[in-house]
Amino acid sequence: MYRPSLVVTFTKKSSVKMAKLTSLFVILLSFFCISEAVFEDQVGKFDWRQQYVGKTLFAHFESNTQSSKKMFVATDKNIFASFNSRTGDLLWRHVDKTGPEGSIDILLLHGQDALMVVGDGRLLRSWDTNIGGLNWEAVLDTGSFQAACFVAIQDTVKLVAVLKKAAISLHYLSNGHQKWVENLPDSDAVQYQAVYSGGEEEVYVLGVVPNSHLTIIAYSLEDGEIIKQVTTLALCVVVGQGVLMCVDPATLALYTLPIQAEETPEFSQILLQVLYLSPTVFPGFQPVLVSSQPHPARSPLSEFFLQLGPDHHVLLQLNADGYTIAPLRDFQPVHIQSFIYFCLFNIACAINLFSVDSGRRLLDTTVLFPLEPNGGKPHTLYVHAFLKKDDSVGYRVLVQTQDHALTFIQQPGRVVWTREEALADVVTMEMVDLPLTGTQAELEGEFGKKADGLFPMVLKRLSSQVTLLQAWLAHLWKLFYEARKPRSQVKNEVTIETLSRDEFNLQKMMVMVTASGKLFGIDSKSGSILWKHYLENVQPNAAFKLIVQRTTAHFPHPPQCTLLIKDKDTGLATLHVFNPIFGRKSHIALPALPRPILQSLLLPVIDQDYAKVLLLVDDQYKVTAFPSTKNVLQQLQEMASSIFFYLIRSDQGNLSGFRLRKDLSTERIWEVVLPTEVQKIVAVKGKRPNEHVHSQGRVMGDRSVLYKYLNPNLLAVVTESTDTHPERAFVGVFLVDGVTGRIIHEAVQRKARGPVHFVHSENWVVYEYWNTKSRRNEFSVLELFEGTELYNSTVFSSLDRPHLPQVLQQTYIFPSPITTMEATLTEKGITSRHLLVGLPSGAILSLPKMFLDPRRPEVVTEHSREENLIPYAPEMPIRTEWFINYNQTVARVKGIYTAPSGLESTCLVVAYGLDIYQTRVYPSKQFDVLKDDYDYVLISSVLFALFFATMISKRLAQVKLLNRAWR
Amino acid sequence: MASVPRSFLLLSIIPTILILCADFACCNTGRKTGDGLDTDFSGFSVPLEHSFEVDDVSRFRMRGALQLRGGRETSVSLSQSQLSEEDRKTLKEVAAVDGLYKIRVPRVSLTDRQTERQMDGYLTAFVRACSLVESHLSDVITLHTDVSGYLIGVSIVTIPGACRGTEVEDEVDLEAFNTTLTIIAPTNAPQPETALFIERMDIEHEKRGKPQEQKSFFAKYWYLILGGAIFLMASSSAQPSAGGAEEQQS
Repeated sequence: MYRPSLVVTFTKKSSVKMAKLTSLFVILLSFFCISEAVFEDQVGKFDWRQQYVGKTLFAHFESNTQSSKKMFVATDKNIFASFNSRTGDLLWRHVDKTGPEGSIDILLLHGQDALMVVGDGRLLRSWDTNIGGLNWEAVLDTGSFQAACFVAIQDTVKLVAVLKKAAISLHYLSNGHQKWVENLPDSDAVQYQAVYSGGEEEVYVLGVVPNSHLTIIAYSLEDGEIIKQVTTLALCVVVGQGVLMCVDPATLALYTLPIQAEETPEFSQILLQVLYLSPTVFPGFQPVLVSSQPHPARSPLSEFFLQLGPDHHVLLQLNADGYTIAPLRDFQPVHIQSFIYFCLFNIACAINLFSVDSGRRLLDTTVLFPLEPNGGKPHTLYVHAFLKKDDSVGYRVLVQTQDHALTFIQQPGRVVWTREEALADVVTMEMVDLPLTGTQAELEGEFGKKADGLFPMVLKRLSSQVTLLQAWLAHLWKLFYEARKPRSQVKNEVTIETLSRDEFNLQKMMVMVTASGKLFGIDSKSGSILWKHYLENVQPNAAFKLIVQRTTAHFPHPPQCTLLIKDKDTGLATLHVFNPIFGRKSHIALPALPRPILQSLLLPVIDQDYAKVLLLVDDQYKVTAFPSTKNVLQQLQEMASSIFFYLIRSDQGNLSGFRLRKDLSTERIWEVVLPTEVQKIVAVKGKRPNEHVHSQGRVMGDRSVLYKYLNPNLLAVVTESTDTHPERAFVGVFLVDGVTGRIIHEAVQRKARGPVHFVHSENWVVYEYWNTKSRRNEFSVLELFEGTELYNSTVFSSLDRPHLPQVLQQTYIFPSPITTMEATLTEKGITSRHLLVGLPSGAILSLPKMFLDPRRPEVVTEHSREENLIPYAPEMPIRTEWFINYNQTVARVKGIYTAPSGLESTCLVVAYGLDIYQTRVYPSKQFDVLKDDYDYVLISSVLFALFFATMISKRLAQVKLLNRAWR
Repeated sequence: MASVPRSFLLLSIIPTILILCADFACCNTGRKTGDGLDTDFSGFSVPLEHSFEVDDVSRFRMRGALQLRGGRETSVSLSQSQLSEEDRKTLKEVAAVDGLYKIRVPRVSLTDRQTERQMDGYLTAFVRACSLVESHLSDVITLHTDVSGYLIGVSIVTIPGACRGTEVEDEVDLEAFNTTLTIIAPTNAPQPETALFIERMDIEHEKRGKPQEQKSFFAKYWYLILGGAIFLMASSSAQPSAGGAEEQQS
């Protein structure tokens, strides 16, 4: 629950001192120390972090005053957080364990204390709402959680009652100590559901025997003794002064019962017809009663709702005698919470406040707020009502929409803030280059169009030059104008209109796909959300694959992304094609996909509109092409015999390869079967298609070259043994050629088990596993080399590489568990690679690949020193300077995305999980960028001085020569 | 084309047999290897089938028989017949249209003979027919097993592997396979080399010589202190009134 605190090391610029060089090892290490750290003044300059909490389950406001600023939410991501209700900023946040162990069952708020039951009734926690500190934590008895409520004694809340499946316990609010615990009678048959206290000496527990009756047990607050036990009808709530209100769908009647009465209570029946309510009785008619208890030390309100249909509610009032009921208002098209709103035409929502006393609408309480065109519909409302200074009622509303967005609305309908909590669960993402500016695009367009005569071309060229000049002058004027302003006022607001590529392509559009089905376009420089699009009808368990079909490079064609959404149960897939810069859905005819999709592959083939072709393979091994124009089909027919793909069925341990035929059917050409009784396939990774490898080999100490085995079709298949005994468990790593099905290498890591995290890139695979014997995490690196001679240096073909590569492997101890791993990626692959490792602590470690090199020698020799190989050490160091996110921890890192920038030295990194963190890394330092404090003046003045010195000395020499000649 | 005498061909039914062993799987499957030693000494044979058709529809025919011997020393050998004249013709036709030459072996276990019959399905691999023709039927077939001795994959490559479009005139070159057969078991990935590292560190330590023992302050400077004390004693004897205090100060 509590993360270990991270040690942050800032290296101050002034205090960077070269370490005393004692040995080569120390030189190398100190080199990394200096190159990796973030300078203190660079914090937040190139990076940003956004923190999220997830879908809200419970929300409470601090107090019923206008000035309160805090609100508290508990979410489905097991997070308890507090927001500033004015700005929507996170005040504090507690991240609990994932899964059911940390799930929040209920959140109750009373004064300064927030009570929380965690992990299906495992723990009871009390938090101080001011600072978010834990007051106390109590371990509850086993049993699944049912309900909890505050219990008041003489108008002060002192206790909390927790109802479990078979027991009820009372705890002191001040210290969490248990006052008493009692087993519930007959807990096998009765489903106890609710606990109620009205501020008297008793606690009532309501239980239901399905299709039979309801049990009410009253416990004494003092010692937990059962005072009385009553059985009644089903479907009841407590209303007013301890009156139990029940509704019976069979007789269409309401029943009231005073539960605190001395004598044996009896039900009094009130038919719904008497109340002039004639509900349309259909087969599943299930009336629901809703009541409200604003303060735990007082009785509930005597007004309550009767829900007759899905959107039909009646506000009723129990009269003071406790037996008669008066209808107050009939609400036809509404959803209700404790307060009421109704939706108009889905374009805007209106919220009205009604007085519960009379059922009349309060004046000036209507709030209209527009729904976003690409957002979800409202799902839940949390209303914060308060009395203003002039005694009129004011309120603010927290609206949760289906797309997990939280919107806070103030009274005249003003949206105060919006939090996009869907971003707490990013599934996949891509980074897309921004488009060129208008003038640049015009220049580009000039070359794109067909030539139409010499003269028009010259004119066009001249006109575009003029526009360029105009743009330059405007830019100069802007610079001049802004130079006079103080720097803080100059702000470059990023909007979707002003988006354009910067000089080094460092600013990109991050397209993020979230589990809720909402897509986001985020500016990578500032982190501001530029567009969002909610896809309705996305199943909660859908799998997503985001494919960039056309980049921004093909002006005037807009860039195009395709999202493949696959239902995990049926396997049926749908496509969503959109423009990644503006988020707009494009109106391209989509192929019909009636059969489940097994595999999708993006071909390097492009159609006449420069969109890459996407092939979708269905369960009958038929192939659908998208786009499927005549041009594409013709190209596919020509290339069919060289298009291979593979399918993996991990449930059968089956890997098989297919070749495309001219008629877009397929033939199976290879098959590898890993018996599922021995091991199961857990993950398969190929290489990233946009990866460049600059050097073909490595120069060794003796000046010979060791060539890398660079097979673009290589797949790394990782398996885990089905036998989980620590002595016999193993992790298997298979390197399989995806075209020929040839097993290039097969290694078994004994006494190991998952979870296995691995990266496959260039000629190496790095994987991390748990060593069951030594009980530690270990890293292993595999590198493949062709040897000192290349088989075919011009082109690589899987079909023509008869010799198996040499495989080198080394293993290291890693002193921390990891959650995810990715390798840096740069434009041309010249920069050395680093591994980005997400740790459970929230830190992201940038580990130089140099440390994971199977050629690290046991014994240092002249050659290995020449090659700059670090001597082998079994333990991998973790240095705090390597944490690229210094103290900006990323909670629950799920994935790391890397993208190259226009600068070779720079790699853009996005880590996502609960939070999103974007930064840049420079694995080989910024070798292609001049430093910020580069002294231009000194260099240029020296240059000019030298220039003039040569001029003058030349002149002097000439004069001297002339004089000598005269002599 | 068919000018080679038949009688000459019959003499050359000597398939190339190559036995290679790469089985390290003796540490965790101790029980199974023990069984293997008892029962599988004789070995067993499975069919190796091939298919090459102009229309690319697989029709597998017998190519030869693989003799597999499980146990501690896993070994494999292959006995195969020659290609018939018809097959040779088809193979050249398939090579001309850039078709595929596929082979397959049934899924079997080398160690556990009981479960062999329950496994169905085949392991398939392919090579371009043209490269097989151009290499004069010299191919390398590799069988891969997993840790418990199941066959998991088969691969076939030809040496050389390229298709250069050279015509194979001589029919003799396409009669008998020149097969190199290997069986590969998974290699054990290395563990972190802690023992060696510590050993190396110890040696380095010794090389540097034993570090000087950290002497205590008094052990280092006892003579100075003693000298100082004597000096003070001597001076205090001259002035006996202040002697005690000065001694404490030192």
